[in-house]
Amino acid sequence: MSLPDKFGHFGEFGGKYVPETLMAVLEELETTFTKARHDKKFKDEFAHYLKEYAGRPTNLYLAKRLSSHFKHLKVYLKREDLLHTGAHKINNTLGQIILAKRMGKTRIIAETGAGQHGVATATAAALFGLKCEIYMGEEDIHRQSLNVFRMKLMGAKVVPVTSGSKTLKDAMNEAIRDWVTNVNDTFYIIGSVAGPHPYPLMVREFQSVIGLEARKQFVMKEKKLPDYLVACVGGGSNAMGLFHAFFNDKKVKIVGVEAAGHGLASGQHSAAVCAGETGVLHGSKSKLLQTADGQIKIAHSIAAGLDYPGVGPEHSYYKSIGRADYIGVTDKEAIEGLKLLSQSEGIIPALETSHAIGYLSKLDAKVKGKASVIVCLSGRGDKDVNTMKDLI
Amino acid sequence: MSRIDKKFKELKQLKKKAFIAFISAGDPDLRTTADLVIALGNAGVDIIELGIPFSDPLADGPTIQASFERALKKGVTVPKILQMVGQVRKFSQTPIALMTSYNPVFHYGEEKFIKDAKAAGVDGIIIPDLPPEEAKTLIALARKADISTVFFFSPTTAAHRVKRISDASTGFIYYVSLTGVTGARTALPPDLIETIKKAKRATKKPVCVGFGISTREQVKAISAVSDGVIVGSAIVKEIEKNSSQPDMVDRVAQFVKNLMI
Repeated sequence: MSLPDKFGHFGEFGGKYVPETLMAVLEELETTFTKARHDKKFKDEFAHYLKEYAGRPTNLYLAKRLSSHFKHLKVYLKREDLLHTGAHKINNTLGQIILAKRMGKTRIIAETGAGQHGVATATAAALFGLKCEIYMGEEDIHRQSLNVFRMKLMGAKVVPVTSGSKTLKDAMNEAIRDWVTNVNDTFYIIGSVAGPHPYPLMVREFQSVIGLEARKQFVMKEKKLPDYLVACVGGGSNAMGLFHAFFNDKKVKIVGVEAAGHGLASGQHSAAVCAGETGVLHGSKSKLLQTADGQIKIAHSIAAGLDYPGVGPEHSYYKSIGRADYIGVTDKEAIEGLKLLSQSEGIIPALETSHAIGYLSKLDAKVKGKASVIVCLSGRGDKDVNTMKDLI
Repeated sequence: MSRIDKKFKELKQLKKKAFIAFISAGDPDLRTTADLVIALGNAGVDIIELGIPFSDPLADGPTIQASFERALKKGVTVPKILQMVGQVRKFSQTPIALMTSYNPVFHYGEEKFIKDAKAAGVDGIIIPDLPPEEAKTLIALARKADISTVFFFSPTTAAHRVKRISDASTGFIYYVSLTGVTGARTALPPDLIETIKKAKRATKKPVCVGFGISTREQVKAISAVSDGVIVGSAIVKEIEKNSSQPDMVDRVAQFVKNLMI
């Protein structure tokens, strides 16, 4: 049986845990999406924008100098950083905004952490001429001022969120509260494979182009399948986008890299799969950083886009059935990864993506013989230069 | 039959409507919450909706969010709240329904939660982010323990879900007056009276209306067409406003009395 089931469950994870007011709009969204995914007109329109506007397909680039740094690895980079707006997020926002149009919604809202999803949403909203408001934690507004300015330039309103930890989790709370209030005219573009059903399924579908392309490209180049897939996981949309097409290729090992912040033992991290317990946040059941009393813990990561105490439910499912491993990479290791890729290939990755690069030395130490790896290079690092200046 | 069911039966005989008061457990502290529960019961409140604080409540506006934050800072936990309810039961038989987000219940363990809630003297549970479709286990456990499970109708509820929600609900059905989060409003939707009447026609169970209700006039108008009203943020605000007053509990009880018809 293909997952999720009718109510959005991936095994024990997923589902629809939302206030009653949102149940109807989720059903409406599910109906619209289910129809659209089999509708040639929708598929053509989506494919058109991905190709002509966002710049797909992206290259699968053999990173020779990066690979030469390792003993055992041959590393290919799936260059989502080369997409319009600089990250994979645009794949999803284009898909969802076409649905929003179909549903006759006139107002778009979104949450953002690093600002990449906010920028991708503002971009799609500008392209389709829809009103757009982006919820962003005050803390993140400081960390990602460049992206805030980009959103504003494209006509979006950036709403600072001052509740809780003032980061992505709280931005999502506020976006959901806005949605509950303005449910009749507003479409909520969730940026990850998280949230209530059908979002995890829908976002996976819109991001699955990453893995579908990468699989074909790799087979063309290497006449076989890769040994490893590696991607960073916050909510987990770039990772699921890469992983999904390989789900049934059991020989391909899958690794999701979570943000271990100051180290898993420090308690200051964002590694929900590695160190969380099952719980319910933002509409679905998944692994979650929480206290002994079931309160949500404040996450920590140097990368605003990973700074989230939860994770998409399908990742918890992958972990539960042993289809993927999830590993923590610390802030420090991510910075090493960032430097390594910048200096060996002339590619500056986003801090989020740098976690995936930072993992490669650990993988290299583990592997015997030769192994080929596809890393999802989910975003470019331009947005992070201010943060990096203080760190490097 | 839970204490909540009995209460509605009794109100029906008296041709009266329920007044349900929401307060956040542990705001300003659990001792005061216990005093408030007793005082509100004495003031004539029919059912207490007792909020278990959660860090990330999706259906709550700024007033209740802030009260939850204050309570959590004080170190309030689920076991401490249940213990407090147990203490209150020595002095008060006012029905108590716990309101919280699903995660604290799920994390505590549904079976243990129902067992401990029952032992403490809890009469109902209200979990806004848990639709009946995801609540099968909890409903079964609550039925056995005779704890009412209150689910929601909202202005957007689709016709095909009405029966499912009604069947899953015991005690009463919580009708959400508006599309939005909790919080006092000066104006409620213009078609509210009509939509409540429609909701009433759709079920035989008591329908109580909450979200945004903060004045005596609203209480009066809505009680006329429903089985009761729920007032939350307005009371929580009053608690906050008087938190430094030595007679805060009396003041809040008086405030609530003035809201009741």
